[in-house]
Amino acid sequence: MTASAIEANPPLLADRGRTLRLRLPGRLSLGRLALRGLALVATLAAWHLAASTKLDLGILSFRNVPAPAEAARAAWALLHSPVLASHLAASLARVLSGFLTALVLGVGLGLAIGRSALARDLLLPPLEVLRPIPAVAWIPLAILMFPSSELSMAFITFTGALFPIVLNTVHGVESVHPRLVAAARSLGASRAAILREVILPGSAPSIVTGAAIGMGTAWFCLVTAEMISGQYGIGYFTWESYTLQNYDDIVVGMLLIGVLGMGSSLVVRWLGAWATPWIRVGGQR
Amino acid sequence: MCEGAIRLGRGEAAFDVVENIHLDIPARQFVCILGPSGCGKSTLLGAVAGHLALSRGSVSLDGQAIAGPHPDRGIVFQQHTLFPWLSVIDNVAFGLKMKDIGRAERRERAGALLAQVGLADFAEHYPAELSGGMQQRVEIARALINRPRVLLMDEPFGALDAQTRLTMQELLLDIWATHRTTILFVTHDIDEALFLADRLLVMTPRPGRILDDIPLDFPRPRDRSLITDPRFTQIKQRCLALLHGAKSGLPLDRLSPIGALNDQRSERRQARA
Repeated sequence: MTASAIEANPPLLADRGRTLRLRLPGRLSLGRLALRGLALVATLAAWHLAASTKLDLGILSFRNVPAPAEAARAAWALLHSPVLASHLAASLARVLSGFLTALVLGVGLGLAIGRSALARDLLLPPLEVLRPIPAVAWIPLAILMFPSSELSMAFITFTGALFPIVLNTVHGVESVHPRLVAAARSLGASRAAILREVILPGSAPSIVTGAAIGMGTAWFCLVTAEMISGQYGIGYFTWESYTLQNYDDIVVGMLLIGVLGMGSSLVVRWLGAWATPWIRVGGQR
Repeated sequence: MCEGAIRLGRGEAAFDVVENIHLDIPARQFVCILGPSGCGKSTLLGAVAGHLALSRGSVSLDGQAIAGPHPDRGIVFQQHTLFPWLSVIDNVAFGLKMKDIGRAERRERAGALLAQVGLADFAEHYPAELSGGMQQRVEIARALINRPRVLLMDEPFGALDAQTRLTMQELLLDIWATHRTTILFVTHDIDEALFLADRLLVMTPRPGRILDDIPLDFPRPRDRSLITDPRFTQIKQRCLALLHGAKSGLPLDRLSPIGALNDQRSERRQARA
């Protein structure tokens, strides 16, 4: 999944409903909750069975796949290892620098494209050409373009986060009803004031959605970049575990990436909810 | 005050919405524009607000030609134009913020106006937490805070239930008694127009023209008993006859004062342009 899958993202409210349902299992009946728990346990059991019996299906083999217990042991060991902090710090720094640059630039571009026909004509065609290129495909060129591998990895996460943020910002700007703009003009708002006081808050919910999706893709892209050109970082750790034949650690790395990606998207959503308090009272925009 | 014609759309798709209107409105008069939907009454209001350009003629306020929106000409729409991200009091104070007035003074003046429309207790609520009638009160307060010389109202109570509409009409007259400004009020409700206005303009569609200009000198303050007054019924009959007689030809789609057909996309295009 890359930025091209972003357009199909669900609208904010539907999305909120979904995370809400997952976050508040109390809303579910006890029976359905048990069923969901059972599904997780069954998955773990299947994994355990396949790994411990070294299941071989011809085209798919579990011979080198660690069992859940071994993965858990490796995870426990990593938690107590001093290298974890440096891996985490490296990955977080790369994601944050790429993501924040994408946020500033993406919102700026989105506002310009949404508000000005000239900006739309000038900026949208090149962006549309670049958008379908997966961030992974940028890796070789990024290495050639930037003086350090740190910068090239930050650039990869940046390209991953940029497009969902731009597209959602444009969508948000377009969703601001012309009546609101007309009302603001009749109340004496200048062009700049309309942008600041009407367009920006009006598109804020969409920007939050874009940022949350962008945060997810930023992690996705970072891990790929780290596998290829990294020193430290979770992606690097996972790939290194493969080359060093520490197969247990591969699974640990995978789980860690999942947790970090989900966690940072959640943080973005929390920050977004804090920044758009009117949404909670039932206002659509 | 207004003289000319209004043409909407571009190129071959353009059409005359309002034709050859000559209109003079003295200061502090309460004028209702009555007409079937699509007769161009909202378009006329949009031209006075400055959201629409005239194809011919001119609109002027106190001798000055109108070129674009201005806080001197406050506008109240039918619904949903409060800023959803601002609390009620900040919505009302928006016009003052645009004049760079300090926060403390803004909130004090907005608070006073909110109390006048009976919403002092809802200052910190968001618009979405308010009923339709309460939202319209906020809209009126928000337009009035700029002390406009003209208050333009586009079917402001059209989306409310009958009971709330009556309450709002009385509230509007109360407010008007203290904020004595010129009001241009668009409606298709004959009773509403007769109850509120000093003067009634009846419009016909396609293209919009003013068919009749009726002075309403019922004494103020007015109350509901006015509706049974024989002169009230007599004028109502006259309006009904006028509107019925004018029912030739298909009415246009409802146009909003910002000059857009109901189609969202064309509304957006207009606003951007």
